[in-house]
Amino acid sequence: MEKVLMKGNEALAEAAMRAGCKCFFGYPITPQTEISAYLAKNMAKRGGVFLQAESEIAAINMVLGAAASGVRAMTSSSGPGISLKSEGVSYIAGSDLPCVIVNVQRGGPGLGGIQPSQSDYWQATRALGHGDFQMVVYAPASVQETIDMTYLAFDTADRFRMPVMILSDGLLGQMMEPVVFPQIEVKIPEKPWACCGHKNKRPHNIINSLYLQPDELENSVNERFKRYEIVKRECPAAESSFCEDAEIVVCAFGAAARIAKSAVNTAREKGIKVGLFRPQTLYPFPVELIEKACRKAKIVLSVEMNKGQMVDDIRLALNCRLPVEFFGRHGGNIPTVKEVSAQIESISERIK
Amino acid sequence: MLTEIIISGFGGQGVLFSGKCLAYSAMLKNVNISWLPSYGPEMRGGTANCSVCLSDEPIGSPLVTEPDILIAMNDPSVDKFIRSVKQGGKVFIDSSIADRKADFYDKFDGKIGIFRIPASQLAQDNGLGGMGNIILLGKVLKECSDMLCGIDRDTVFEAFTKIIPPKKEALIEKNRAAVLVGEGI
Repeated sequence: MEKVLMKGNEALAEAAMRAGCKCFFGYPITPQTEISAYLAKNMAKRGGVFLQAESEIAAINMVLGAAASGVRAMTSSSGPGISLKSEGVSYIAGSDLPCVIVNVQRGGPGLGGIQPSQSDYWQATRALGHGDFQMVVYAPASVQETIDMTYLAFDTADRFRMPVMILSDGLLGQMMEPVVFPQIEVKIPEKPWACCGHKNKRPHNIINSLYLQPDELENSVNERFKRYEIVKRECPAAESSFCEDAEIVVCAFGAAARIAKSAVNTAREKGIKVGLFRPQTLYPFPVELIEKACRKAKIVLSVEMNKGQMVDDIRLALNCRLPVEFFGRHGGNIPTVKEVSAQIESISERIK
Repeated sequence: MLTEIIISGFGGQGVLFSGKCLAYSAMLKNVNISWLPSYGPEMRGGTANCSVCLSDEPIGSPLVTEPDILIAMNDPSVDKFIRSVKQGGKVFIDSSIADRKADFYDKFDGKIGIFRIPASQLAQDNGLGGMGNIILLGKVLKECSDMLCGIDRDTVFEAFTKIIPPKKEALIEKNRAAVLVGEGI
């Protein structure tokens, strides 16, 4: 298999087409635009539809329509655009439709900035829209993992009939790394629920998120949450390194995890018992895996490119058993290996 | 070994392209590599730069803050990055565009190696207009052979065939010629 050098955004776009994505609807925004640009160039040639919508709101509702007809559909944006999509995402979740939503994060709130950030963790894992619902959230940390998770995202979306988010950021989207596209035979499951042409051979399907009777609505939400229980059992994923004997566990996801890993390596060379725990799924949060990684830990340090959003999930996952400290840079600034190393060393001094 | 490189200049001088040449070369040598461009307003007329990391190990942060090698193609790039170059690092300056006087660089004596090369002018003189970036790259290949994880002239020559589309085949030879000019200085 040939290695190619690709930007994270372009690799994601290519992987989406290979994973059977037939419809992409989007609206340009930095630092996400290469996804749209790549698909604009290639989607039609490969038998798909690329459409630049008049707005993010239009784009997400087009995704709803395409997903309802049973095809694999995707949209991508960055913070401000993702916020605009939130109504549509809630409708998609309420209609039990599978789709993939990509957020190449930039600094917020508001228009914020265009440099890399992880400040949409809460939005992605808590409430991208109104109502009781969740999305599976994948957090890649390299261009290769962006590709692998794109395949996974479409499969997970179809399997559980729910929206899945790939939470990338400006750093991962813009950087180039050598990658290999896996030779996977894509199997798209049957979708007997889809609203597509059937020549009156079966009763018609209805895709809807409106239930005016409280009992009906409660039942539909309960049924969805039963699926979330399976998601929580089967989907959590994380990478642990050096955690077996770690007294300090650094927890970081996405781009921040790359920096944290370098800092952990540096600290290990100095004899500090430190490990790295990197959640690959943010929802469901890898609760059992972090508990395992922290068996010998006295303290956890969360390193993020925001004001400390994942900290809450770590505390909840560990039942507040351990102190969880935070270090981060934000606004488009990226923490340096030196800064993170200094944090690890100062904690190591304190817990002696 | 990890070698961190910043290539910086005005948009249009080919700083991102130089970085891509190194990135493809590293890939051909099976060396780990990351390439990260500056993006946003600066690439539309202001200064542009890219970070390139070469390493035998997996690469952590792709953002270079303290480079081993700096290629600076204008004065703003010199001002922005020269103080962050690691002790013992090397700086390559296009002196036909960045025109700080020699005494500006005196204070860095003994800390970093500075190579001032009139690359854009040399490109003009050799009928390779606009290829000052590649002349500087040639000079880097000559002066930093121990820092480039085995990347040499032949690797870069092969990389050109991967980056330059067949429609612009003539540019492959020109870029190769520019590397040779840089190596010859």
